[in-house]
Amino acid sequence: MSDTTQTGPIDMGSSAGNGKGDKPGPMLAADGRPLKRSLNRALRRQKLRALALIAPLLIFVLLTFIAPIADMLFRSVENDIVSNTLPSTTEALEGWDHTTGEAPSEAVFEDFYFDLFLASEAKEHTKLGTRLNYEKTGVSSMFRSTGRGLDDIGDDYLDQLEVIDKRWGDGAFWYALMSGTGTPAPEVVKARRKVLTRMSGDVLTGDVGFAPSNAIATLLPTTVRAYSDFAVYTALVDGKDVAKRDPWESVYVGLILDLNKADVSGYTGPEADALKAVKAALPEIKQVSLQSFFQSEDKDWVDPSVWATIQTYSPKYTSGYFLNAIDMQLTPDGIQMRPENEQIYIMLFKRTLFMSMMIMGSCILLGYPVAWLLANLPSKSANLLMILVLLPFWTSLLVRTSAWKVMLQQQGVINDVLVWLGLVSDGDRLVMINNQFGTIVAMTHILLPFMILPLYSVMQTIPPTYLRAAKSLGATNWTAFWRVYFPQSIPGIGAGSILVFILSIGYYITPEIVGGTTGTFISNRIAYHISSSLNWGLGAALGAILLACVLILYWAYDRIVGIDNVKLG
Amino acid sequence: MTLTVSQPKPVSFAAGVVAAFGAFFGLFIGTSQGSGLIGILGGAILMGALAFAAVTFLRDQEKLAKWGFFVLFIAVGYLLSGIPGGVMGALMGYFFGHITFWLASGRYRMSVPPYATPGQVLWHYAFRTIAGAILVFLITPILVVMPLSFNAENFFTFTPEMLNFDPAGYSLRHYRDFFTNSDWQQALWNSVRIAPVATLLSVSFGTLAAIGLSQPHVPFRQTIMAILISPMIVPLIISAAGMYFFYSRIGLQGTYLGVVLAHAALGIPFVIITVTATLVGFDRSLVRAAANMGANPLTTFFRIQMPLILPGVISGALFAFITSFDEVVVVLFVGSAGQKTLPWQMFIGLREQISPTILAVATILVVVSIALLTTVEMLRRRSERMRGISQS
Repeated sequence: MSDTTQTGPIDMGSSAGNGKGDKPGPMLAADGRPLKRSLNRALRRQKLRALALIAPLLIFVLLTFIAPIADMLFRSVENDIVSNTLPSTTEALEGWDHTTGEAPSEAVFEDFYFDLFLASEAKEHTKLGTRLNYEKTGVSSMFRSTGRGLDDIGDDYLDQLEVIDKRWGDGAFWYALMSGTGTPAPEVVKARRKVLTRMSGDVLTGDVGFAPSNAIATLLPTTVRAYSDFAVYTALVDGKDVAKRDPWESVYVGLILDLNKADVSGYTGPEADALKAVKAALPEIKQVSLQSFFQSEDKDWVDPSVWATIQTYSPKYTSGYFLNAIDMQLTPDGIQMRPENEQIYIMLFKRTLFMSMMIMGSCILLGYPVAWLLANLPSKSANLLMILVLLPFWTSLLVRTSAWKVMLQQQGVINDVLVWLGLVSDGDRLVMINNQFGTIVAMTHILLPFMILPLYSVMQTIPPTYLRAAKSLGATNWTAFWRVYFPQSIPGIGAGSILVFILSIGYYITPEIVGGTTGTFISNRIAYHISSSLNWGLGAALGAILLACVLILYWAYDRIVGIDNVKLG
Repeated sequence: MTLTVSQPKPVSFAAGVVAAFGAFFGLFIGTSQGSGLIGILGGAILMGALAFAAVTFLRDQEKLAKWGFFVLFIAVGYLLSGIPGGVMGALMGYFFGHITFWLASGRYRMSVPPYATPGQVLWHYAFRTIAGAILVFLITPILVVMPLSFNAENFFTFTPEMLNFDPAGYSLRHYRDFFTNSDWQQALWNSVRIAPVATLLSVSFGTLAAIGLSQPHVPFRQTIMAILISPMIVPLIISAAGMYFFYSRIGLQGTYLGVVLAHAALGIPFVIITVTATLVGFDRSLVRAAANMGANPLTTFFRIQMPLILPGVISGALFAFITSFDEVVVVLFVGSAGQKTLPWQMFIGLREQISPTILAVATILVVVSIALLTTVEMLRRRSERMRGISQS
């Protein structure tokens, strides 16, 4: 009975008394509103109050738990490192077709040089190398060694420039040249600032203190871009004054590249004479194409398959991690299986499933008799035995795992007893740990209470008279059990099995300690990728697959048992 | 009422069964001495004859005969292999004395229906033996850890001194190590610093939400419930990975606050489950009665509802506390060296530097968990009594 309905009969009485003979109006609540509306309002208020009580926790769980899970799922497809580190290169590569079997054009190498120069100054190029190395072995070392040699070509150019005019090696001279006069073009600096922010992932604050003039930005675009990179990095990351620092070597390379195309005869800005002098002396300057420069750093830079890999992984989102997680691989020619000797994840998933099934099976086998005994004993002795079941349930997981390590190892308690009994000779003690056997035994022990408790609660509801009735009707012991008792206990088996399976499929600690190399689960591999190999994307993809399996099982559990019926202790 | 009969059984029956047991134990003693077959035969003949003599001559003086078995076995055991042999002998003497007269007097049929066939009786006891063995499997690891933690040596196994009950084989050095080693003390302190705060967070949010969830009209109840229970269902390694990624994005990775928040999230499902279960039996008219008498919602909550659901709240809190206190996967990822908790230290100990101090810590933790288990059980009984569900 809800309290709001209490007003109903009173209103009914009054309206019946007033409106004798009239058509009865809507029922009214005590305050004169229609009863229906009043009830609705009360219901709405009740709902709101309930939600207000739940809201803090819901927000808390969403922030501390659901958001991390969502973040992990996002990481498993996120792939913006390539396009963030090499923004111009990936853009330039779009038109390139890897099937021609030729390396990309000189223009791509030019963009690549300036992208890589900034990345190596910001120390981001090794991260990119590591990322691409997951897809193509050897790329990591190419990025690392080439990153060290990027200065050489610029230094060569600087030496030759200084022969023409000593001032080219001077920071203040460069600052004056690049700043120019007339309308400034700050958007170049702004764009480079954005590139650096994306690449490093840091928030850059402060003022760069440099803006090229419009005239110089149109005349020497590559130089201005390289100088802006230098200015942004020097001012915002190093915190130094741009005007007083010598520019990066990439700026000299940019200058030579620009002067090859630009016509400086009409330029009147500061230091225009120096520019013109270099332009005039250009034929005497020894120039190297960037393609041959990269080739000299590492001959694999002209290998089209390296560029094809960069091209394949340049989109912001990729299915590559998921494909890796199921032993496939995203190649420039489409999706392919990995080579036989690199396929481990399908095997690991299979092993995880197999061992979880074994653990579930042994839990059923061991749990059923105990649950039966508990359900059929008088409550006093059943309670006593229940303590034996609950004590391990309440004991720290690490305590139980360490106990199994003590019991199972070669100098452990079980082997000692077997040797003492003479069943095993001292020389060949059984190997029961660091393999699948150890994991299955230890985890069966750890998860057994999760099987016994639901089984017990179901068996308690089966009247023992049914068995007796079956027997008195002539059934043998076995028939009576198999045809009468067992079918009624199946819900308990189902609930316990799903619970044990869900718990075991994602177990980490116990396999890590007693599993060795053959008894580990997929979760150990996830942990390895997150803390040791640092291939977070692959770890996240493996986690996402595991999560999907668990959620399906959870859904099944909800349908069969209902999450509201989960009982503890 | 079950009708039970117990009538004395012939000597041959008791002696035969006892001989079978004798053969069984003889097998082990035989193999440890070199020959299993002689052990089986010797055990069977010896025990059969002993049981035959005892039942024939001392059927009416049961107590005397049992003591006789007991003393005889202790003496034989002690002469054969000193104190451990004596202890083994005492156990076996008690077992054989008891079982001989239990069989001979027919008392073994007391717990089965009188119409049961011998086969059914045999199955009845075989089944109990199997179930007993499984219960032993459940409890042995814990029982083995406790005595080993008093080991005087740095071994993970029983030394000959321990088996001889030589006081020199036992010591408290691993406990001393635990209480003096700064690593362990720091870990204990971290655990004590993290678990209560996480518990407090999950209990205060969880209780409020459980009360909200148990109102009659809650929109999206199923979905909300699924979200709130999910930290218990999602494998810990996935929670840990997700939290590691996300918390490092927002700068919580490796901080005390990060670990506390993570543990609070993991403890919430337990609070929700226990408190909603308690609220199922809660009589809502009590709240209305209080409101009717002029109490505001806050007073009603603290004076009426809270005391009644307190047992559920406390057992939920204990679950949350244990979750945080026992948790190692998430703290491994979310925490840094500064948040090294007790389970983390144990995990390191098990993986890298094997030290029996772990066993001492394990024993302490078992004792603590027994204390908690008792508390929860008492609270559950109290709660049932208060709600009038209890049958007693």
